[in-house]
Amino acid sequence: MTRYLRLFAFAALLCLGAPLARAVTIEKIVSPSGIPAWMVRETSTPLVALSFAFHGGSSQDEAAKAGTANLVADMLDEGAGDLDSTTFHRRLENHAIEMGFQVGRDYFHGTLRTLNEHRDEAFDLLGLALTKPRFDADAIERVRGQVLAVLRRENTNPNSIASRSWWHTAFPQHPYGREARGALDTVPLIGTADLRDFVRRAFARNELTISIVGDVDAKAAGDLIDRAFARLPAKNDLKAIPAATPQGIGRRIVIDVDVPQAVVTFGGNGIERSDPDFMAAYIVNHILGGGSFSSRLYREVREKRGLAYGVSDSLVWFKRAAVVLGGTATRADRTADALDIIEKETKRMADNGPTTAELAAAKSYLKGAYALSLDSSSKVAAQITQIQLDNLGIDYIDKRQKLIDAVTIDNAKRVAKRLYGGGMLVTVAGKPKGLASSGTAN
Amino acid sequence: MTLRSILGLAAVLAAAFAMPASAADSQVADYKLTNGLELVVIPDHRAPVVTHMIWYKVGAADEVAGHSGLAHFLEHLMFKGTAKHPAGEFSQVVASLGGQENAFTTSDYTGYFQRVPRGDLATVMAFEADRMTGLQLTDEVVLPEREVILEEQNQRVGNNPRARLSEQIAAALYLNSPYGRPVIGWRHEMEQLTRDDAIGFYRRFYGPNNAAVVIAGDVTPEAALKLAEDTYGKVAPHASIAPRVRPREPKPTAARSLTLADPRVELPIVQRDYLVPSFHTAKPGQSEALEVLAHVLGSGSNSRLYRALVMDQKIAVAAGAWYDSSALDDSRFGVYGSPKDGVTLPQLETAIDAVIADVAAKGITAEELDRTKTRLIADAVYAHDSQASMARWYGSALTTGATVEDVTHWPDRVRNVTAEAVQDAARQWLDKRRSVTGYLIKDTSPQAERRS
Repeated sequence: MTRYLRLFAFAALLCLGAPLARAVTIEKIVSPSGIPAWMVRETSTPLVALSFAFHGGSSQDEAAKAGTANLVADMLDEGAGDLDSTTFHRRLENHAIEMGFQVGRDYFHGTLRTLNEHRDEAFDLLGLALTKPRFDADAIERVRGQVLAVLRRENTNPNSIASRSWWHTAFPQHPYGREARGALDTVPLIGTADLRDFVRRAFARNELTISIVGDVDAKAAGDLIDRAFARLPAKNDLKAIPAATPQGIGRRIVIDVDVPQAVVTFGGNGIERSDPDFMAAYIVNHILGGGSFSSRLYREVREKRGLAYGVSDSLVWFKRAAVVLGGTATRADRTADALDIIEKETKRMADNGPTTAELAAAKSYLKGAYALSLDSSSKVAAQITQIQLDNLGIDYIDKRQKLIDAVTIDNAKRVAKRLYGGGMLVTVAGKPKGLASSGTAN
Repeated sequence: MTLRSILGLAAVLAAAFAMPASAADSQVADYKLTNGLELVVIPDHRAPVVTHMIWYKVGAADEVAGHSGLAHFLEHLMFKGTAKHPAGEFSQVVASLGGQENAFTTSDYTGYFQRVPRGDLATVMAFEADRMTGLQLTDEVVLPEREVILEEQNQRVGNNPRARLSEQIAAALYLNSPYGRPVIGWRHEMEQLTRDDAIGFYRRFYGPNNAAVVIAGDVTPEAALKLAEDTYGKVAPHASIAPRVRPREPKPTAARSLTLADPRVELPIVQRDYLVPSFHTAKPGQSEALEVLAHVLGSGSNSRLYRALVMDQKIAVAAGAWYDSSALDDSRFGVYGSPKDGVTLPQLETAIDAVIADVAAKGITAEELDRTKTRLIADAVYAHDSQASMARWYGSALTTGATVEDVTHWPDRVRNVTAEAVQDAARQWLDKRRSVTGYLIKDTSPQAERRS
């Protein structure tokens, strides 16, 4: 059942996850056919939630056929084996099975949620989708039309325009600079053979990450995993992605869009997930612009001056690059003021770092909030998949508290300079008064 | 591929009365304090955490005409401090606990919530009880916040043609009910809102006898009741909370249509909203039948609209339907579609009409009915997995005229829906005279405003 809200007007930009310092106990299991997975047993609700990832996301696309991996994701529930699209969807819906696929730059993610009583059927259908997708021509054309419709709409959406411009400028000639969804001139070129080629290269048992959460024991979980994944080929065949750092630092790009409010994307070089300074950077960024009501940017831009409804930034990391990326949206005659404050606050953080009090408050928040965010089986599954992909270790949820506590004020100051001392690339979509493009392309 | 992502219907949530038939529900406790505050406790002991929400029975539909956006503006201002606790202190305390907080406003209710470790429940209840009557406002905080809500309006509506279409349709659909006013407000009125407006609205509507507290999480009903008595229980009841009688809609008699043209529209849309009963205004069974009808017509790729328009006739890239049962007064049932290239909106509208006419004439199949019931009842089970969802469902029900019992019995009522009732609902309510049809088109001429 769905409900169309007249307006759900939150007081802040972010509606943060939800609660539950759930005692997450992760077990390592191996399926009868030898596929490893992490499992969390949670017996209070009669359901099973699965999260999994293959290596190889949109960065595997050929530049001329950008959007291939994304089209595969959109096509996997459009028929498999003997089941055409209609029949496949009906089987899912008759048992209230939720199956979804999402493409990131580095990974191809999948999720499954099912009532316990239908879990065999759910995992069988997933196995069919992964090993025998049909890619029927009429379904491809229908889904391609939907992707193109979204791309056309995004072409005039200021949020998409500012964001795309940032990525294209920061990562020119690199797959990270492209939209996962592709572009109006690439999506029409993707053929069935391209979809099959992606499946052949990416869907395999090596580099397969699985998390299963719910009312299930190790034996049953292993059997379910084999139903879905045992028939996959042993090994993937991915191309290497070169390392990259964001370009265009110091540039400001203004794109004229006739909207009342200018949308701003800003950011610079970030920090790799495996870097020993990562946690310090994470805390410092929380203090500058993380998603809470107390960040410096929130206070200066929103609370004191009312320049924007929301402003925040966050660390974003990939396998071969890392950035710090933020955004806001502000009225045209004050966009320059808002940007000025963001730049000043960023520089102030780079120069002086956080205060001791801010550091203590941020640590306290981040320690508590993590556990609170793991509030449903699906979220726990997604989180432990991410922990696996980031190679953080099965004890990470406990270890994380100590890593946070270990960050000293000197660490924080040094890392603040490292993170924000290098300048930013800024893109603006709208009609900001008195703000023009500046800096040169390199 | 999901349909909603195409039309960007980000604000689609699972609805108010999707409730569960499991053992957990039998433990839901419902109390009333002597000062009139209702307290609902939903025990969930999976983790040592609680979600605490207060729902005030006041929303944009309770505003005085000419002051649109005031309920939502006050929601923002509720974070600006009291005599006891200066601005920011409550938020800082919640943050230091690693807790989360936020607030929301609709036409019918205004809510505030925190999620914190269970040991801190008493703390947030004390803060929340304090700001029930202790709010203090100065122009120094009110005026910048007014700029914030104007930016929020830009972000949600001004920059978003799809949202502007919905705003125009609602304004045209409701001839008399205040539901025609946007919750965020009309800009020219938002710009004039003052500190005195906000304080006046606050004093008129905020009090224990106009609120419901919902606590979900690791707490027993008895312990929660004691905490509530020690905090909210100390607040004197409001002397004059008037019954929520808002102007009601006359019987609709004319199909209406409108066109919104914007140069940035790349994906045209036809959207039609019908005036239909909410759970609160419906006769028994009617709302549940509308729920099933919305699902059969327009939820997912097995739905009638998607199959007919997107798969069989291949004239649309997206199509669907929805129903909002959660409203104190008469609510809305919507259908929508986006055409493929070369297809006009009138062609698409005709095809949508044919699908609706077919359901009205021939009804739905037994398989469709079963599948829909399975799905709706499964939603209730999935909901149990999230403490916050549970609290939201109870809260929105209690502030739109429903009871705790209505919520817990929802699955049974869905099971009782018959194919005949669904067909009747289509015949009775999906009558064009009850509706507004809106077209969102690309504006290609300087003088605009014409139908495509």
